[in-house]
Amino acid sequence: MPDTTIAHSFDESHIAQAERSVASHTDSILPVSVTDLAFTADGKRLVYIDRLTLRAGGSTIIMGPNGAGKSLLLRLLHGLIGASEGTVLFNSQPMSARVRRRQAMVFQRPVVLRRSVRANIDYALSAHGYRGLNRRERLRDLLEMGELADMARQRARTLSGGEQQRLALVRAVAASPDLLFLDEPTSSLDPASTHRIEALIRRFAEEGTKIVMVTHDLGQARRLADEIVFMHHGKVTEQTPANVFFDRPSSPAARDFITGGLLV
Amino acid sequence: MHDFASSLSLAVNLILSGDAELWSIVLLSLRVSLTAVAVAAVIGMPVGAALAVGRFAGRRALIVLMNALMGLPPVVVGLMVYLMLSNSGPLGVLQLLYTPTAMIIAQVVLVTPIVAALTRQVVEDIDAEYAEQLRSIGVSRLASVPTLLWDGRTSLLTAVLAGFGRATAEVGAVIIVGGNINHVTRVMTTTIALETSKGNLALALALGAILMLIAISVNAAVGLLGATSERAAHA
Ligand SMILES: Nc1ncnc2c1ncn2[C@@H]1O[C@H](COP(=O)(O)OP(=O)(O)O)[C@@H](O)[C@H]1O
Ligand SMILES: [Mg+2]
Repeated sequence: MPDTTIAHSFDESHIAQAERSVASHTDSILPVSVTDLAFTADGKRLVYIDRLTLRAGGSTIIMGPNGAGKSLLLRLLHGLIGASEGTVLFNSQPMSARVRRRQAMVFQRPVVLRRSVRANIDYALSAHGYRGLNRRERLRDLLEMGELADMARQRARTLSGGEQQRLALVRAVAASPDLLFLDEPTSSLDPASTHRIEALIRRFAEEGTKIVMVTHDLGQARRLADEIVFMHHGKVTEQTPANVFFDRPSSPAARDFITGGLLV
Repeated sequence: MHDFASSLSLAVNLILSGDAELWSIVLLSLRVSLTAVAVAAVIGMPVGAALAVGRFAGRRALIVLMNALMGLPPVVVGLMVYLMLSNSGPLGVLQLLYTPTAMIIAQVVLVTPIVAALTRQVVEDIDAEYAEQLRSIGVSRLASVPTLLWDGRTSLLTAVLAGFGRATAEVGAVIIVGGNINHVTRVMTTTIALETSKGNLALALALGAILMLIAISVNAAVGLLGATSERAAHA
């Protein structure tokens, strides 16, 4: 009975697909839970965070004066530097190859490979195991998403700063991460480029990627944040919903920061 | 003066008439040096890359050794290789002394440290820029090496050309291990030395002109590549 066999296998593949999508949901690397995290260099404790939880959904913006330890915190969370003490857990799991594959980071100065625009994206896709048609389609989508399709064959290093950062952004989300760290991605860009980057970030957030972003720009924080984490002297002084934070920040340091009067 | 003028016209004649002996010497030179540079690249690039990204015991010692080897006078390298290949040497059984292979070995010893040292510099510079980004993408240190080499390809080509320049120009090593045997191990530099001492200036001048042309071409290529990578880096 060949007909039923086909129907059967068709059914099975659908069930398998459904199971996969359920599994990928429960496999999420969120929430991120930080406990007693410390980074010490030359006997100085540059970061110390006793507790911090970053939940799925909504964008978390990290603010604080220069040298507060914001970049160090992102690097610690993303596993680029090792903590001196404490733990970072991703949905109760420690950092692993699987956990790493589900997160990405974009740096203040975009790091673009000395290759064409499309080769930059293709590199990330290949590293994440994309092959064949899947890879070509995803590449095309990402080029479009970053409005880079016209420059696909151009050498990435000849792009403008804003274009390079858009490339870094779409390359970072190549494998649809659960979690995206952004370290002042627009700090050296003009308002138009910043606007386009923000639109991309908002889109990623809407598609379900958790955004954890450092910025100095109060306007940008107001536009993007659902939640503010404020850092001062290596510590988190408050974690507040964005509307509350801008109305009445609870820590004096944050209050002074908003009014421009914070002295490091 | 008359001597020089007639030698010069003879030299031009040799080149233009496609003199068989002249061109067989040029071809042997190119064969020896190109092979040596290819082998040096195959050894030197991985060694340089390992020194750049690896953190292993003896790394510093290896870097010091490599830098010392880079400054070795060719005659000393020739002497060392001679001792290895001579009948009483550890590799004497191979009967390689006074063959083109011996000359290739000597030039490999001369060129590999240059390629390795320059590769280390290039890979280290790119790694400083790429390391965190590649780690973020999930590329391991080992797996990042091909990426670093590929993205350093322009500078690495410069390193290889520099190695080729040194190989074709040196005379001390190949004359010791090759023996400057007619039709067997006579290359451009050794022939120039010999023919000049014999007073046969025409052949020496013709070979000198070709050697100079090669050196100028290599330098021009290095300059051109440098300008290109410079543009890419600052774009
Ligand atoms: N790898 C390191 N080793 C030692 N000190 C560091 C290191 N990285 C950053 N620092 C110091 O830690 C402090 C916090 O740095 P950072 O996290 O970059 O601040 P920011 O909040 O401006 O991003 C600064 O004083 C900086 O000089
Ligand atoms: Mg910073």
